Amino acid sequence: MRKKSGERKEFLTVSGRRISACYTPDDLSESQHEDRIGLPGQFPYTRGVHADMYRGKLWTMRQFSGYGTALETNRRQKFLLEQGQTGLSVAFDLPTLMGLDSDHESAAGEVGKCGVAVDSLEDMETLFQGIPLDQVSVSMTINAPAAMLMAMYLVLAEKQGCQVSRLSGTLQNDILKEYIAQKEWIYPPEPSMSLVTDVIEFCTHHLPRYNPVSISGYHIREAGSTAAQELAFTLRDGIEYVEWCLDRGLNVDAFAPRLSFFFNSHNDFFEEIAKFRAARRIWAHLMRDRFEAKDERSWKCRFHTQTAGCSLTSQQPFTNVVRTTIQALAGVLGGTNSLHTNSLDEALALPTEEAAQLALRTQQIIAHESGVTNTADPFGGSYFVETLTNELEKDAQQYIEDIDAMGGMIRAIHEGFPQREIHEASYQYQKAIEAGEQTIVGVNDFVVETESPIETLRIGEEVQAEQVQRLRDLRTRRSGKGVKSALSALQKAARDRQNVMPFLISATREYATLGEMCDTLREVYGTYQETAW
Amino acid sequence: MQKKFRILVAKPGLDGHDRGAKIVARALRDAGMEVIYTGLRQTPEQIVSAAVQEDVDAVGLSILSGAHLHLFSKVMELFREQDIADILVFGGGIIPDEDISKLKKLGVAAVFQPGSTTDEIVQFLREALGGQS
Repeated sequence: MRKKSGERKEFLTVSGRRISACYTPDDLSESQHEDRIGLPGQFPYTRGVHADMYRGKLWTMRQFSGYGTALETNRRQKFLLEQGQTGLSVAFDLPTLMGLDSDHESAAGEVGKCGVAVDSLEDMETLFQGIPLDQVSVSMTINAPAAMLMAMYLVLAEKQGCQVSRLSGTLQNDILKEYIAQKEWIYPPEPSMSLVTDVIEFCTHHLPRYNPVSISGYHIREAGSTAAQELAFTLRDGIEYVEWCLDRGLNVDAFAPRLSFFFNSHNDFFEEIAKFRAARRIWAHLMRDRFEAKDERSWKCRFHTQTAGCSLTSQQPFTNVVRTTIQALAGVLGGTNSLHTNSLDEALALPTEEAAQLALRTQQIIAHESGVTNTADPFGGSYFVETLTNELEKDAQQYIEDIDAMGGMIRAIHEGFPQREIHEASYQYQKAIEAGEQTIVGVNDFVVETESPIETLRIGEEVQAEQVQRLRDLRTRRSGKGVKSALSALQKAARDRQNVMPFLISATREYATLGEMCDTLREVYGTYQETAW
Repeated sequence: MQKKFRILVAKPGLDGHDRGAKIVARALRDAGMEVIYTGLRQTPEQIVSAAVQEDVDAVGLSILSGAHLHLFSKVMELFREQDIADILVFGGGIIPDEDISKLKKLGVAAVFQPGSTTDEIVQFLREALGGQS
């Protein structure tokens, strides 16, 4: 099936981009050094957001983790910190992501399965017991009910005695990519955007060191997009958030410095590096030129990177360590500010402790043994990488213009535009694999007939029963009257189009559950069903 | 003219990962089958009722959330309750090896793990359904 090198007529990236045999100064025809490549730490930040890059500060090693009960996840998080991880990142289970309590009928079979179950402040207290929130930065991967989880996090920080203004961390809170790719939504796009804006507005006033949104291309890529689509749709989502915040009356330089991004790092080494570099350049121009931000911090695209889960194979799973290493290295050479490396067993299940440890070690070896951190943007000036950076920038700008012409990302989503583009790309990629044009080691080439199974993590069915019992106990213990009055105040605030954050915080203090808070807003905002496919 | 196979491709549970389901749906269509895709977040009841109403020959379930044992057994139970023995049920997703025998015991005819090709799924359906399409 494999084509011998001499037989290949076209050399394409994973995203189908044609690559030349050799790049020369002629590929960089425009005199582009000063204003396009420049220096690390200087506009347009093609070469990185810091002048000294990793000499000054390594990227944050932030492994996404969560399963079963809050207690089990608390144990895994502490294990990762002991192993040298430098930030935390919480994975929530599907009922939590969908704003449903663990005893909801749709939650059956899903509790604790692909993340940790959090129903109320009580679970949050367990999740972070012994972890002082003012000393470690925490990222929470939560979107449709992000405002509710943020309220729980804030009340917990207060209870721990932390000064809220000192909290650092990131709330994913990126609802647009849910409609585009990840598809965990509750409300229709417009009220959801209003909730996102409530969180950004609240954090702008009260949490100056916290990232209230992580504008994410990761899931867009996982859903099958090309590198250019990932870049374009993510940055266009960013534009949408900026516009909503401006409409809310916020000054661009008040909130833009805390907008953060999240990209995927897939298999194609150079294309990924170019994508990260292009992201910084495009965003810098958008913020300075389109939105007239004056503060340099508003121009900087700071981002987290996760290696590509969709590139992992269930066949010969140890090969995933190698894939992840190459992808992580691309993230680092592309100047990421934070990194998650996937575990070798994730095409089969959530990672075991051993697999998660090896994934973290992979980053530590890149950071401390490989020497790649000694200099900023080592590929800067490479004819090939600069050309690819230009090409990705151009392709992304074209998409951004197209979506502008449609009337913005929400319109584009209603019309199914990004969804269709991604599906088409994913189908073409699958066909390329099946035709043998794209080799996947262990899957369509270099296959072994019999493999010995590896140990995987199992999440027992008892997790659900325990979680449901805890939730029922909580409901009998707390003040029903207090919950009811906090929820009706929340509903009134939503109807009056006030910022709902203070009301979510009050409801959280009364131990209102996630499902109750989300239901209260479901009655105001309605729910969403996808129409296009 | 030969009868075209009718296949229901469904996403049960809360899982929103529809990349695989949509690729399979399109590949089956390209192979000449009639495909009904349910869209996201269908309950087992909705899936079984859609299968009955649409009079399909086979039902494919895509689950990447780890809830496969619960959701497959629920769907199989409902098919048994409806006394429908001739519907072929197959599935795919993030499903570890050790669960495949459990799913087969429930009556699931085939489970396609990551790395399976759409061709394998098409071949499987043609063979299992009797090679008319």
